[in-house]
Amino acid sequence: MVTSIIRRLMQALFVILAMTVIVFIGVSVIGNPVDILINPDANQAERARVIAHYGLDQPLWKQYLLFLQGLLRGDFGDSFVYGRPALGLILERLPATLELAITALVIALVFGLPLGLYAGLYPGRISSRIIMSGSVLGFSLPTFWVGLMLVMVFSVELGWLPTNGRGPTLALFGVEWSFLTWEGMRHLILPAFNLALFKTSLILRLVRAGVQEVLPQDYVKFARAKGLRESRIIAVHVLKNLMIPVVTIIGLEFGSLIAFSVVTESIFAWPGMGKLIIDSINLLDRPVIVAYLMMMVLLFVVLNFIIDVCYTILDPRIRLDAKA
Amino acid sequence: MTPLLEVSNLVTEFGGGKDRPGLRAVNGVSFTVERGKVLGLVGESGSGKSVTGFSIMRLLEKPGRIAGGQVLFDGEDIAGYSDDEMRQLRGRRIAMVFQDPMTTLNPVLTIGTQMIEAVQAHDPVSKDAARQRARDALGLVGIPSPEERLSAYPHQFSGGMRQRVAIAIALLHKPDLIIADEPTTALDVTIQSQIISEFQRLTEEANTAVIWITHDLAIVSRLADEIAVMYAGRLVETGPVGQVLTDPRHPYTAGLIASVPSQNRRGEPLRQIRGMTPAIDRLPKGCSFRARCDRATNGCLRLPDLAPEGARSFRCFHPVMNESAS
Repeated sequence: MVTSIIRRLMQALFVILAMTVIVFIGVSVIGNPVDILINPDANQAERARVIAHYGLDQPLWKQYLLFLQGLLRGDFGDSFVYGRPALGLILERLPATLELAITALVIALVFGLPLGLYAGLYPGRISSRIIMSGSVLGFSLPTFWVGLMLVMVFSVELGWLPTNGRGPTLALFGVEWSFLTWEGMRHLILPAFNLALFKTSLILRLVRAGVQEVLPQDYVKFARAKGLRESRIIAVHVLKNLMIPVVTIIGLEFGSLIAFSVVTESIFAWPGMGKLIIDSINLLDRPVIVAYLMMMVLLFVVLNFIIDVCYTILDPRIRLDAKA
Repeated sequence: MTPLLEVSNLVTEFGGGKDRPGLRAVNGVSFTVERGKVLGLVGESGSGKSVTGFSIMRLLEKPGRIAGGQVLFDGEDIAGYSDDEMRQLRGRRIAMVFQDPMTTLNPVLTIGTQMIEAVQAHDPVSKDAARQRARDALGLVGIPSPEERLSAYPHQFSGGMRQRVAIAIALLHKPDLIIADEPTTALDVTIQSQIISEFQRLTEEANTAVIWITHDLAIVSRLADEIAVMYAGRLVETGPVGQVLTDPRHPYTAGLIASVPSQNRRGEPLRQIRGMTPAIDRLPKGCSFRARCDRATNGCLRLPDLAPEGARSFRCFHPVMNESAS
């Protein structure tokens, strides 16, 4: 177990290093931040001073080394726009995005898992067919449109829920959270459902497919031949087997929830990372873009690592160094 | 005394509905199993022998369903049992061992979990007591260091060992009847022999009746008291094993016996029954075996009845009589 974890960690480090190269090159070849940073009326001396200040006069490889050096200290440089450390800016926005993503994931699981189980166990019922058709809608309706519709119906027409912002927050562990206040909760509902719709459909369809794959297996029949109750067969024999692919997808999708919540955050003016990155790209705020991308790399690497560990818990055949 | 199991006119269909008949995988099968006796249910692939076993257990996959007949177990018609009554019977009074030991155990649960839940499904005992019983059962079927093996997963066992575990599970509640669906077909010959001996020993000790489903006549001659030969969903010949195997009446039984390799002389081509089992949706009119039979006449366009002759019965107008199998 320990050796395989160390091996995974080494791989993860390599992935992160490779990503630093890609991110750095990618960001360095798009546009010239100096053009935005400096007043077009500034003279040559002023220009040179700013370029030198940001280290943009150095050769590319030297800039990369400086960048790596900064990375080790958690220093991505100051934002061109805000003039504050880029990492700090992102970490400030992280809780908002995290809160939204986790809520969306919980919603997706709470609805997707039981509905998928139901549709898989009773594929012939009309209710199952309605669920499956519904999931096709959830799959194919574009997020931005659904978001706008939610706002139209629940905020504009019915006036039940607020349309933008996080509402009042409450501090827990030194971080501000919306879900701790009633008003914040109301602010959270619409964006979370908007973000969860696609994931719910995904998990639902995955679980249904899993049920239909596992049910005809001999070991399910054998469990019945042992005289087990149907509830135990479903909850233990079927569920544990179908959770393997579901866990993979949940892990990866959680990453994408955080990384690509841009649309939802924009529609509901949710002050998360997604909105920050879009603004930064528009303004060519290089340090923020780089810091964001590196955060995402780290996030996916960590998530994959957690998925791997979950695997070994769920599926004994994957325990690499298990005693034979 | 009533026989332990009495199956009469069992019909199992796949598909079909209220007015539209489905495909008949089992077509009017009747047999009885006495307490402590072994019935060998023999036939080629697709003859309906496994479906018969699953019909008795009421474990048919959809769209399979029992369309007719009666299954009397210990004098009670279990075809009319509710699902929960049936569940209480399964594993406790009728157990089953499946064909492929590589797939019958759940890969993500330990052997211990799978045995303990089987004990607790029918007896309200503590987990420790259940574990104790599981361990004893594993020891009984010849698994070394059973205590350790309880915490192992199925993939850490060989095929033969897994089948021993399956047999141990089947024996947990000392059932009256075990339906063994080709339990040794997927195993090496040496392991096969060991497992058959142990199975025989354990069931004899517990006076458990067995329906041994197989296509291997050698196993039947070794194990069974009675034999029932199935062809295309129907019984074609039944009777005491000694009589049927040494002196078969139905040409199909005779053909099966002649096909056993040890019956052939060295250097001769292996004997076989020509043709193939017909698909159940394209059964010929009359006797289903007609097209493959050398003795068939126009009279065989009618379906022969299962005619008794002493302790045995067979379904043929032109039975083989005291001559070497042709």
